[in-house]
Amino acid sequence: MSVEDLTPVDQSITVKRNQIPVAYTLGGVVALAVFFTWAPWILPASDVTILMNFFILVIMATMWNLLAGYAGMVSIGQQGFIGLGAYATLYFAIKGMDPFFAIPLAVIVCAVIAFPVTFLLFRLRGGYFAVATWVVANSAMLIIGSIAFFGGGTGHYLPGLTNLSFKVLNHDTYLAAWFVALVVVVATYILLRSRLGLVLSSVRDNEVASRSSGAKVTSTRRTVFIVAAAGCGAAGAVLAISQPFIQLGNEFNLQWAAEMLFASMIGGLGTIEGPILGCVIFFVLQQSLQNYGAWYLIIFGALAVGVAIWQPRGIWGFVRDTFHFELLPVGYRVSGAGVTNEARSAMRTVRWLRRTQKTPLEQDDKSP
Amino acid sequence: MPLLQLEGVSKRFGQVVVADGITFQLEAGSSVGVVGPNGAGKTSMFAIISGDIKADSGVLRLADQDLHRVSTPQRCRLGIGRTYQIPQPFEHMTVFENALLAAQQGARRRGRESYEAAYRALERAGLAALANRPAGSLALLHRKRLELARALASNPRILLLDEIAGGLTDAEVVELSDVIRTLQSDGIAILWIEHVVRALLSTVDRLLCLANGALVADGDPHEVLASDAVRRVYLGGRIINESGIA
Repeated sequence: MSVEDLTPVDQSITVKRNQIPVAYTLGGVVALAVFFTWAPWILPASDVTILMNFFILVIMATMWNLLAGYAGMVSIGQQGFIGLGAYATLYFAIKGMDPFFAIPLAVIVCAVIAFPVTFLLFRLRGGYFAVATWVVANSAMLIIGSIAFFGGGTGHYLPGLTNLSFKVLNHDTYLAAWFVALVVVVATYILLRSRLGLVLSSVRDNEVASRSSGAKVTSTRRTVFIVAAAGCGAAGAVLAISQPFIQLGNEFNLQWAAEMLFASMIGGLGTIEGPILGCVIFFVLQQSLQNYGAWYLIIFGALAVGVAIWQPRGIWGFVRDTFHFELLPVGYRVSGAGVTNEARSAMRTVRWLRRTQKTPLEQDDKSP
Repeated sequence: MPLLQLEGVSKRFGQVVVADGITFQLEAGSSVGVVGPNGAGKTSMFAIISGDIKADSGVLRLADQDLHRVSTPQRCRLGIGRTYQIPQPFEHMTVFENALLAAQQGARRRGRESYEAAYRALERAGLAALANRPAGSLALLHRKRLELARALASNPRILLLDEIAGGLTDAEVVELSDVIRTLQSDGIAILWIEHVVRALLSTVDRLLCLANGALVADGDPHEVLASDAVRRVYLGGRIINESGIA
């Protein structure tokens, strides 16, 4: 275990942050990394494409969860940054850059654009904030659509990929999606385990009390919004490469926001594992129900409503609360003399959660 | 030099005056109670001191620093800790994490040092045994203790206590008063809004009375409560005995 995992506070208590040894977690991550890196060589092309789309959704859902599940900022406009990431990639590709090398630049472009946007959006809270994010996304789409350089409403093909065979392009795009997803999830985990993670949770629960406890709420929210925008920009860049003809209606589609929201909500808001599990469920359902036409969407909607009513903390939230298990925990547990028995304490937690059935998004708006 | 100084501090929301030229000083290690009828502007005064509300005019200083342009988080970091009348726990975080946030952000402590500070604050507030409980599952007494623990974890020089004894039983009030006296003996200045007058009388050295946003009395607790002005605005003209019962 790392030093921080068992930090002695005094002779009688310790502060734990991991439930399973770090070596096991790292081992699991390495095993997954090896498998997913080799996947293009051992799986059929159609499965590789599905996995690629899965990883793009993992990036989006993880970023949405960071924004809404941890920081309490419910956005329905993240598709704006997906579109901006895609068009930034297009811009650099037209200027002669390899689209794959344009991915980090697209990330920077989205982060830079997000910064001034926060000064407008952070004047609003709750539902007003959500609607404003959608307005920002649509405004970005209209502005991009009015620029002839990007092909206006008809779109533009992504140059720089024509010399690659379909197989190589598919492999490379898959690897880019997988790598970006890995970076996004690991970076989110590190961020949430840092002091910033605790501030984020406090801001979500009670912004006023967070300020009076010394937390710099606005700068924390701004940081998270920019990180989420950058992450969605990366997803947009990979998306652009995966479908080399770039169109406004596709890149800025509200469907992206709906899918990332669905995956986060089904899997479990406010957990790192939840959105990933939600993406797995989304893709399994999508592949299983794709032959049922409109029923596919109806079943998706019914599932979302069912989870929202009966298990508002999502499926991973249920697993975590019932079995007290987290793969990637970010909290702090005190153990030792003077502290109530862990198991009893955990049972109280479960009873409280079941009694209240609260999700992080159901808090009263205590903003001034 | 006084630790906290308010001089002619005023604030109004439209026609409603919540602070009307409030002037007083608070010395390090002193303990001052604040009474007044509902709507007198007591909590608003706390909000002005902690930075939740900006004053329209007047001087507000912490030691030698002007606080007018200082944000709420910065004021906390300078040593102004506060509790809320209605407890404001971070419900989805554990009791320990609630205190840890204040230790890390308010007191600027890191790593092991922050863990120690958070745990010590919980111990002082009598909450150490419940460190792993989600704050949202706590009962009222424990929520009030958590407010106190969080304020203590931020390493305050001044503690603003807003009706922290309200709703508690007599035994709990006595217990809480003991804790507050200990804090005062450690050099923390206490400014305590309370309607449970017996708790104030057993703890504070000085009493302020506010009405309609203005300070109507400032002095020895028993003398303040016995004064005509205070009886008129706060106690409805009735005489109270030594134990604070009307």
